[in-house]
Amino acid sequence: MAKGVKPRVKVPKTAAAGETITIKTLISHKMESGQRKDGDGNIIPRSIINRFTADFNGQNVIDVTLEPAISTNPYFQFEAVVPESGEFKFTWYDDDGSVYETSKKVAVE
Amino acid sequence: MKMKHVLPSLVVLALSAGGATADEETTLSIEGETLTIRADAPAHAEELDEVISGWVFRSSETQALQLDDFDNPAFVFVDQAIDEWDKVDGTEGKACSSCHENVEDFAGLRTQLPRVDGGQLVTMEELVNECRTDRMGAEPWKWTKGKMTGMTALIGLQSRGMPMNVAIDGDATPFWEDGKDLYYTRVGQLDMACANCHEDNYGNMIRADHLSQGQINGFPTYRLKNAKLNSTHARFKGCMKNIRATPYKVGGPEFKALELYLASRGQGLSVETPSVRN
Repeated sequence: MAKGVKPRVKVPKTAAAGETITIKTLISHKMESGQRKDGDGNIIPRSIINRFTADFNGQNVIDVTLEPAISTNPYFQFEAVVPESGEFKFTWYDDDGSVYETSKKVAVE
Repeated sequence: MKMKHVLPSLVVLALSAGGATADEETTLSIEGETLTIRADAPAHAEELDEVISGWVFRSSETQALQLDDFDNPAFVFVDQAIDEWDKVDGTEGKACSSCHENVEDFAGLRTQLPRVDGGQLVTMEELVNECRTDRMGAEPWKWTKGKMTGMTALIGLQSRGMPMNVAIDGDATPFWEDGKDLYYTRVGQLDMACANCHEDNYGNMIRADHLSQGQINGFPTYRLKNAKLNSTHARFKGCMKNIRATPYKVGGPEFKALELYLASRGQGLSVETPSVRN
């Protein structure tokens, strides 16, 4: 597991049925591209988040493939429609096989 | 509400004649709290009429990053400091939280630093390291490195919105005088003093940079140019290199005195820690 990885997510706590809400996510990650060399000329191995997904009540909302050119601490902002109360589940997949997960509940009034 | 709108616009008319630059009506409101970004200059800042936060001088995109704590990239480092707060380190088996139950208890500390303790001028970095070496039995952190800037940002954040208010009388006077001397002393190949840019020319462009008053109420600050938190002393060093001078030592008596003097010039401005600048 890469060091200092910590997901952060901002989702409104409440929403109206069928409302489009804005979701912001950020994960702290060094996103080492695999292109750089260390002081001795050896390539620093690639270590990035390669996939990010968000699901609402088991239904996929967004599924992103990340490439090495994406900079450190990748940030995503996107919109989703919430038809009913439920839970957003966010998942980040690391090159080293680690999976980071976090979830947020939304109540529809 | 109507009245409130009328008054500031009158002020705009009066000031624009004097060549003021940034939009006078912008307000800085973070998480529902409005911060003071303009205040009457304190009596000891003789050459200034008004003290203005550096936030005012930045582009609207940079300003926007500071309006929401989620968008503010500095909070990645504040979050890391929250983890560090509970982490046991050193021979005594203690973490910050072993003695200080709540980081919120530090509300107000940032407004008073640097201050004089036992005849010495002390900064927040020194208070943190004193805890680490004397009470935790741990290695001190480097002044400008990530762990230190994260922790000083976390502690400073507790005072956000409170007015800067350092003591400059009594024991502090000689240090303050030293800082003032440095502020007005020309140094380096370009033969410039702090005052040449930040007092005589704030609001003007120096090539592509929009000069601010050089206020330190937002430090440690996240800078877009290096994507990390920057300490006050690291910023001083950057300024000195720009004027082709040999920087004083980070954590040395010169920079500490300058920090006290600059803090006193921001009297009345809200603490913005951690701010976002370019």
